[in-house]
Amino acid sequence: MLVPILGVWVFVSAAFNWWPFSGGALAFPGEHWLPHDISVHGVVIDGLYYFILAVTGAIFIATTVAMFWFLLRYDGRQNATPVKFIHGSHTLEVIWSVLPAVTLLFIAIFQMNAWSDVKIQRPLQSVGPDGEQGTLDDVFLPPLLEVTGRQFEWKIRYPGEDQEFDTPDDIHLVNDLHIPVDEEIVIAIKSDDVLHSFFLPNVRLKQDVVPGMKQYIWFEATETGTFDIVCAELCGWGHYKMKGRLTVESREDFERWLGQKYKAQETNQLSLELAER
Amino acid sequence: MSTTTAGAHAHAHGHAEAGVGDFISTYVFSRDHKIIGMQFLFSTLLWFMVGGLLALGIRWQLAWPWSGMPVIGPMLFSGEGGQISPEFYTMLFTMHATVMIFFVIIPILAGAFGNYLIPLMIGAEDMAFPTLNMLSYWFMWPAFLLIGSSFFISPSNGAGGGWTSYPPLSSIPEAAPGSGSGQTLWLLGVTFVGISSMMGSINYMTTIIQMRAPGMTMFRLPLTIWGIFITALLQAFALPVLTAAGLMLLLDRVVGTGFFIPEMLVVNNSLPASGGGQPLLWQHLFWFYSHPAVYIMILPAMGMVSEIIACFSRKPIFGYRPMIFSIAGIAGLGFIVWGHHMFVSGMNPYLGMTFMTATMLIALPSAVKVFNWLGTIWRGKIQFTTPMLFALSFVSMFIIGGLSGIFMAATTVDIFIHDTYFIVAHFHYVLFGGTAMAVFGAIYFWFPKMFGRMMNETLGKIHFFFTFLFLNGTFYPMHVLGAVGFPRRLADPYHYETFRHLMPVNQFMTLCAIGMVTVQVVFAANFLFSIFSGRKVGRNPWGANSLEWTAPSPPGHGNFDFQPVVYRGPYEYSSPEVDADYYPQNQPLAQKT
Ligand SMILES: [Cu+2]
Ligand SMILES: [Cu+2]
Repeated sequence: MLVPILGVWVFVSAAFNWWPFSGGALAFPGEHWLPHDISVHGVVIDGLYYFILAVTGAIFIATTVAMFWFLLRYDGRQNATPVKFIHGSHTLEVIWSVLPAVTLLFIAIFQMNAWSDVKIQRPLQSVGPDGEQGTLDDVFLPPLLEVTGRQFEWKIRYPGEDQEFDTPDDIHLVNDLHIPVDEEIVIAIKSDDVLHSFFLPNVRLKQDVVPGMKQYIWFEATETGTFDIVCAELCGWGHYKMKGRLTVESREDFERWLGQKYKAQETNQLSLELAER
Repeated sequence: MSTTTAGAHAHAHGHAEAGVGDFISTYVFSRDHKIIGMQFLFSTLLWFMVGGLLALGIRWQLAWPWSGMPVIGPMLFSGEGGQISPEFYTMLFTMHATVMIFFVIIPILAGAFGNYLIPLMIGAEDMAFPTLNMLSYWFMWPAFLLIGSSFFISPSNGAGGGWTSYPPLSSIPEAAPGSGSGQTLWLLGVTFVGISSMMGSINYMTTIIQMRAPGMTMFRLPLTIWGIFITALLQAFALPVLTAAGLMLLLDRVVGTGFFIPEMLVVNNSLPASGGGQPLLWQHLFWFYSHPAVYIMILPAMGMVSEIIACFSRKPIFGYRPMIFSIAGIAGLGFIVWGHHMFVSGMNPYLGMTFMTATMLIALPSAVKVFNWLGTIWRGKIQFTTPMLFALSFVSMFIIGGLSGIFMAATTVDIFIHDTYFIVAHFHYVLFGGTAMAVFGAIYFWFPKMFGRMMNETLGKIHFFFTFLFLNGTFYPMHVLGAVGFPRRLADPYHYETFRHLMPVNQFMTLCAIGMVTVQVVFAANFLFSIFSGRKVGRNPWGANSLEWTAPSPPGHGNFDFQPVVYRGPYEYSSPEVDADYYPQNQPLAQKT
């Protein structure tokens, strides 16, 4: 009997973080929950995470308590009551099929809107003062920048002064991504070689980049600061070091930074050309 | 059946003509399902040990990155000087998953227990196709050799694309410079595993449909047989897809066909690919097999657990038919949920919604099964034997593993936890906390049948207790890591500041993992010792109902020394019709005294 009881205790204490070793190096403090969220849509994702945690936590506690109560109560050595010779119960089967089904479908439907906001409904351009609409391409908010994964770095490209990609004044950077705060932005992402995954933990955003496919992601950051860009899809031996930096800053800071990069690149090209001559 | 008992016949045969040729045909190229089952059991247990040691390599690197690994390091990867390089780390986790999935879990459930139990439980002499059965074991050997040689002979040359082998990483040799021939050998090896499973599954289906003893209707079959039967169906329908996809990937790699590579792709200075393909196609094909494979890795375990729980509750299984329908429901739905592995892969996001709904629904039959197990122990007379402890822990671990699946099924939450340690926690709870615990329970339970001797109960309980303790210590914190966003498959996660504070947690997990592997020594010692000097037992040491317990322990060639005829289902424990608290399936209607 001792064994199952000790077993329960370990198991339940594990579930609730009551490790006897808690405190010191092995404690699981607050920073061991979801990391700080800086995005608008992240609130919904975190809410859903904690909602599911509450539901599954309740189910876990209920089933585990039931199980251990049965184990104690119907322990063959102490239990004098005869075994109930029963093969099942139709009513119970119906109840415990319908209840989880309703819960699960509720979770599924409940979060469809959030999914659609994050992955389907690409933000539209605010219509100009004259209210005219162009082709479908003009309707969507254009990407602010383009990110390309390659073994083992993130190539970043801004369109430069002409606001167009694939022109000579594109600004090229590596692993250094800046965006303005409090603005909905769109990023075009792709891959040069193998699969990678563009993961911004603090923005609650992850999207695999696939060679041969161009995809768009969008989000709005609500706080300034620097955050990690993580590669979350195995891409080879250097996968672990495919780290980028996301800097969220005010619109003015962002533009100043972009202007500097633009100039630096121009002088570079100029000096190159001069050197070649 | 002849008048001579089959068992005595086999013995006389063995003694009279004991020669080298006879030894080979009896124990090596045997066509007896019990010997084949045993061969599967021993091979998979050996690989289980290898897979566990590989896991320690991974754990070591995550706890104390880039430092030399004592003891096991020089043993397993001496070429690397006991230190783990980033290339080698990718090979390490690829190999750990490959060994555990293809060489341990699938073959131990279907190959070892499927083989051993099917004829005995349905009252047959042997499998329908004994030669095919023998081949299904021997086709594992090319796989053992191919995959083993790719890793162990030149450890810097193994496959390093993860067990999922996503192209282009796996299809363009230059993408993973170290892997060279390793990836090719790996693909060939997996193909052989597929062929072996296919031969097994055809055999299991035929045997279960055709060779049941008189009176053994489908709804009198033990749930273990149902689990294996549905598993065999899943394999028969899903495996051809994986095999075809594997061959396509092999062609991409060796011939340059480009099924999975877009045009003009250049990776790490490779020649431009001929292309025209799509990397996502591989993922669809791969998961079309590998999601059902998840159930291949758990359904037989669920069946065996039902057997053990009913027996040691001395009570009929609660909801026998709902149990079968939920197994069938899992199998049916299992074919339309594969896309839940691809929510953030770049697949059309509308598909994500469909797959999410189907995935949510597949949690339902699993829930029904859990409730029925709880219903079975309710108002029983529970005996806390070692197999029962393992079976009960299967249920509670499976509850955790099942519930954590709901997080991943919710597409929006999956955006964050996809490819983090949350998923690693989930499948280790299902596969180790679930399947491996069930397998331990099954070994303790059927050991007396296999060898005619009991395993030591005290050692069994020690083994149970510490395995249970350390398994939670190792896998529970993985949820916590996942919640922080800690990605899987990183050789050095601490390269990111975001994850640096998680190092102590990882060190704690590694210590638990070391403990978990160490305590298996107790199991191995108990197992080996009991084969030769365990307490001898008769036919039915547990007082169980199903047919295998009416055969001699161990059963001779031909299994039964009488023709079994079945009168009732396998779970009539504590029936009011008889005085004993069990009522064997083949016992004719008894007069109550
Ligand atoms: Cu990468
Ligand atoms: Cu799946």
